[in-house]
Amino acid sequence: MTLSPVLHIWASIGFVAALAVLGEVLIAAGMRQLGDLDDIRAARGMGGTIAAVITNSRFVTGALCMAANFFAMLYALSIANLSLAGPAIAALTYIGNAIAAKLFLREHVDKRRWLATLFVAVGVFLLTR
Amino acid sequence: MKHALKPSQYAILIAIMLTASMGDSLLARGMKQMGAMDIHHLGKLLLHAPFNPFVAGGIVLLIGFFAAYTTALSWADLSFVMPATAFGYVVIALLGRFWLHEHLSVPRIVGIALIVCAVGFVAGGPSRTEHPKLDQMDRGLGPL
Repeated sequence: MTLSPVLHIWASIGFVAALAVLGEVLIAAGMRQLGDLDDIRAARGMGGTIAAVITNSRFVTGALCMAANFFAMLYALSIANLSLAGPAIAALTYIGNAIAAKLFLREHVDKRRWLATLFVAVGVFLLTR
Repeated sequence: MKHALKPSQYAILIAIMLTASMGDSLLARGMKQMGAMDIHHLGKLLLHAPFNPFVAGGIVLLIGFFAAYTTALSWADLSFVMPATAFGYVVIALLGRFWLHEHLSVPRIVGIALIVCAVGFVAGGPSRTEHPKLDQMDRGLGPL
């Protein structure tokens, strides 16, 4: 069974955005688990801070998702125009991050943040026109 | 929720905006110098691109971006950092207008205005959510 070209393009765009959201949420969860890096640096120095970050499993999994996102983006750009894929992925990532932050990170996403997220998503889309 | 950011934390947010936008601009300029690349020859791209000074500079800036971004996420919410640092898109548009002399269309000006408003919305608000469920999650007992 083959997907229609339009569906194929949008499935790729959705996949790239989903990988970006997953990566960002895992990295944010890892950083929250570690706490303020300035405090860690004051206690353990720069080497200890880097070691704490790169041995955090959430951070490492998130970084791997971001690496996969980079290659998925290259694939998406090989089948879709940059003028469509670029803003669509950025806008979906902004909105997806706000939803994921509320659902999985339990952040308090108030009206101010929802509005800011929407404005950025529309703004990024308009910047490419 | 924590409300106030320290001056050093504002500096980190500004570093995120500048390193991301300038890093992307340098990468774009370097890749244009290298010419069109075939998606099936990524190995060749990986071997040659880092030796272009613009690409190398872009990579250094993007490493700096990642360090600043992870630092910001250690004391602020993801839903705060993402829109607060979106001003980088405006920097790219303004670099294009005044450095590369690109045309700034009406939709782009509206886009810049929307992003500036968005940054204003979040910058004046709290940066961090704090409640018992999050503390539990921070100890590795939560959903992620």
